[in-house]
Amino acid sequence: MSTLITLPPSKTKPEVIDSAVIRFAGDSGDGMQITGSQFTNTVALYGNDIRTFPDYPAEIRAPAGTLPGVSGFQLHFSSDDVSTPGDAVDVLIAMNPAALKVNVADLKANGILIVNSDSFTESDLRKAQMTANPLEDHSLDKFRLFSVELERLTRRALEHLGLDAKSMDRCKNFFALGMCYWLYNRSMDSTVRWIEDKFKGKPLLTEANKLAMKAGYSYCEATEAFQISYEIPRAQLSPGLYRNLSGNQALALGLVTASEKSGLRLFQGSYPITPASDILHELSQYKDFGVMTFQAEDEIAAITSAIGASYAGALAITSTSGPGMALKTEALGLAVAIELPLVICNIQRGGPSTGLPTKTEQADLLQALFGRNSEAPIPVIAAATPADCFWVALEACRIAVKYMVPVILLSDGYLANGAEPWHVPEVSEIPDFKVQFAKTAEGFLPYKRDPQTLARPWAVPGTPGLEHRIGGLEKQDVTGNINYEPLNHENMVRIRAAKVAGIAQDIPEIVPAGDPEGDLLIVAWGSTHGAITAAVRAQREKGHKIGHVHLRHLNPLAPNLGEVIARYKRVLVPELNMGQLLWVLRAKYLVDAVGLNKIQGRPFKQAELEQKIEEMLGSQENFA
Amino acid sequence: MSTTTLPPITPLTKKDFQTDQEVRWCPGCGDYAILSAVQSVFPELGIKRENFVVVSGIGCSSRFPYYMNTFGFHTIHGRAPAVATGIKALRPDLEVWLATGDGDALSIGGNHTIHMLRRNVGIKVLLFNNRIYGLTKGQYSPTSELNKKSKSTPFGSLDRPFNPLSLAIGAEATFVARSVDVFQGHLKETLKHAAAHKGSAFVEILQNCNIFNDGAWFSLTEREARSEHVIQLEHGKPLVFGKNRDKGIRMNGLDMEIVQLGNGVTEKDLLVHDAHHLQAAYAFQLSQMEKRPGFPTPIGVLRSWEDVPRYEDVMNQQINDVIAKRGAGDLTKLLRAGDTWEVK
Repeated sequence: MSTLITLPPSKTKPEVIDSAVIRFAGDSGDGMQITGSQFTNTVALYGNDIRTFPDYPAEIRAPAGTLPGVSGFQLHFSSDDVSTPGDAVDVLIAMNPAALKVNVADLKANGILIVNSDSFTESDLRKAQMTANPLEDHSLDKFRLFSVELERLTRRALEHLGLDAKSMDRCKNFFALGMCYWLYNRSMDSTVRWIEDKFKGKPLLTEANKLAMKAGYSYCEATEAFQISYEIPRAQLSPGLYRNLSGNQALALGLVTASEKSGLRLFQGSYPITPASDILHELSQYKDFGVMTFQAEDEIAAITSAIGASYAGALAITSTSGPGMALKTEALGLAVAIELPLVICNIQRGGPSTGLPTKTEQADLLQALFGRNSEAPIPVIAAATPADCFWVALEACRIAVKYMVPVILLSDGYLANGAEPWHVPEVSEIPDFKVQFAKTAEGFLPYKRDPQTLARPWAVPGTPGLEHRIGGLEKQDVTGNINYEPLNHENMVRIRAAKVAGIAQDIPEIVPAGDPEGDLLIVAWGSTHGAITAAVRAQREKGHKIGHVHLRHLNPLAPNLGEVIARYKRVLVPELNMGQLLWVLRAKYLVDAVGLNKIQGRPFKQAELEQKIEEMLGSQENFA
Repeated sequence: MSTTTLPPITPLTKKDFQTDQEVRWCPGCGDYAILSAVQSVFPELGIKRENFVVVSGIGCSSRFPYYMNTFGFHTIHGRAPAVATGIKALRPDLEVWLATGDGDALSIGGNHTIHMLRRNVGIKVLLFNNRIYGLTKGQYSPTSELNKKSKSTPFGSLDRPFNPLSLAIGAEATFVARSVDVFQGHLKETLKHAAAHKGSAFVEILQNCNIFNDGAWFSLTEREARSEHVIQLEHGKPLVFGKNRDKGIRMNGLDMEIVQLGNGVTEKDLLVHDAHHLQAAYAFQLSQMEKRPGFPTPIGVLRSWEDVPRYEDVMNQQINDVIAKRGAGDLTKLLRAGDTWEVK
């Protein structure tokens, strides 16, 4: 049983507001990701709708106090629907000058700024390349500045425990967290439980972190520092059970669910790479579901071991990011040729090459569609939100085993690490897609296809009478024998293409969100979903006729997409790349679509999208 | 287990492992002899045909699966060990054999080869070593001798070759052996030893490419030279070689030396081969002996070490242990795990 901290009720009555955006920023070693996640969990458990945006450097510990070492965690929580982590910040917690410098531009005028004043010494300022102390030069006057001696106050709260100074200082993020709990009138119970679990067996650290948090809370209470506190009521989510889930967690759960629904053992071949590694971490915990995780010697072995497992009858997947995807391409071609199911999860990040390992981008779409030698079509699907990763994982597996094809699943760093409340589904309501392996030798031929799906049989080793040979060489249809004849090759290329194209009959028709016809259609894919949804909602309220199509299936495209596009006067394609879906749509539908392209390693802001929409449609009279 | 009487099993023959596919190696290629040896050994292993899987990479040797009437997978260049590892992980019960070459296993696939060996995945590896790239028509390979003149090295190759056995022993392979394409009897015996080994079994097969590197191993295979240049290792037997079996190898401190038998030197003074020697250093030294002037090239089983579990077994065991401890996973519970809240 947890020992919960009981505190007197707050003296001030909180002001009720709809939403807030809060950002925790500090050094990579300051525990900002933990602080942010704890705050997120607490507000999610309370019942707010949320979206988060963890933003951290590629370096594990850049030199302390420097600009490249700044790590941030942003949370948008609300009593309303939330689809983005928020453009601008209401509350910024800056643990040092570098964190202040990197983040202050996003803080709203009159926003709350909490800084750790103990960390504004001359040397701290120098590390952040600041010449003047902003706490003294009035440069922060447009904000509600709260200078708090986080280190001194934390040490004072913990001094009786007998910890060394360094250990005490490491608790200061919990002091700040306690302040935020007071500010938003939230219970510390779930964080207390977390601390007790995290520091199990280390009573001194358990006590220290709890005390630091409580001290932060009490500090606000006693000093009445903020004068005001806020209350954000519960959101009106549809009824059901919810949990807070990141994209990578959702993806892993989707894969385990697909394993059960297909009746196949899950095999993951993977090599550690940011931001995909968490999928491996998650799946490696699910051994009680028979999940096999194989940390391979490299990206190539990761995918080829998965191909071997698929050949032997597993639901095989591999997960990676840009540079790893590049290494896997030859094996992807093999998977196309041998027509075995495989799911390749590419958690995209900024490139080219090593690029921006911890930053988001959606610039691997054309690679997914075309990045192989010769004619090697592969179905491609993309997740739109963190929770959507669950459903997209299921869909990728369904297509892979039904059509005997490799499927590329695109997610990205923003979805992978971002979180939102997930409406937990009933397992019984998720459809099965049980797989039948080939069993009888009579009439068996390795490339004899199902007339409907064009899938070849899945004949796993160990099945008597089904001995056969497969490989990357061109083969004759039906028999699977090696065949180099010109017309046979053309026939095989066309069959493989037709098989993938045929999946279009098996995916839902597109129904645009917003207006079913009108002035502007936004066609997009992937993690831009939230920002576009918010921008379209805002612009439609202003009277524009806008539709929004967010493509889950990028290859093949839904058969009615061309017809939907034709219902609008103009088409906008916002992407975190140089215009890759735009290129596809212009080529396929001969439509004069326009791109909005951002390549900064960061997601779109709602305002950026709204600005573009207004630029295309003109401002309406009824603008405030 | 069921106790019903099973129908009598007709023993498999060599013919059962031959396919109807036309064999497309060059006439006179050493690969024919290896294929024939494997097709003769498989029926003797007492394993059902459907449980054999032959996996290969790319190269002349890698056409092997097409000619074996088993399950077969011709993968991509260098990656066969990784594909085979995936197969074994899922199905430890399958008998997986891998056909590869010096370029496939030691150049483009070197990484996968060493990692398969260190994991001790239960795969039998047949490395056809002809010291040349045959399928791409005659470039030097990672086992070509220094200063090899080939299509891509008209003035001689500059890089020192790998010794495949030393590499395998360095990667802590649990079974390391060598045979020769034309020594059919020895080759079959060696393959049987490999088949009996539980973990990774690495067999280098010296093989002639009569088109691009004819005579690669003539110094070992020519009838005249054979007995002087080859030493056949047998577990528990002294290291004797020579046409008249009058030479032997004995230890002198940490070094091996060749001695002439007679004049008071007997077989009792010689090194007695111990394939199960605790120290891999012993096998490593054997693998290096041919580098020294006058020393023969060893064939046979250099190292056979059973004391290491197979990767696929521990991988499956770990899963079973977790299930025994936690119970089989319950999906509903998994999806509802962690902090949840109910919206009414």
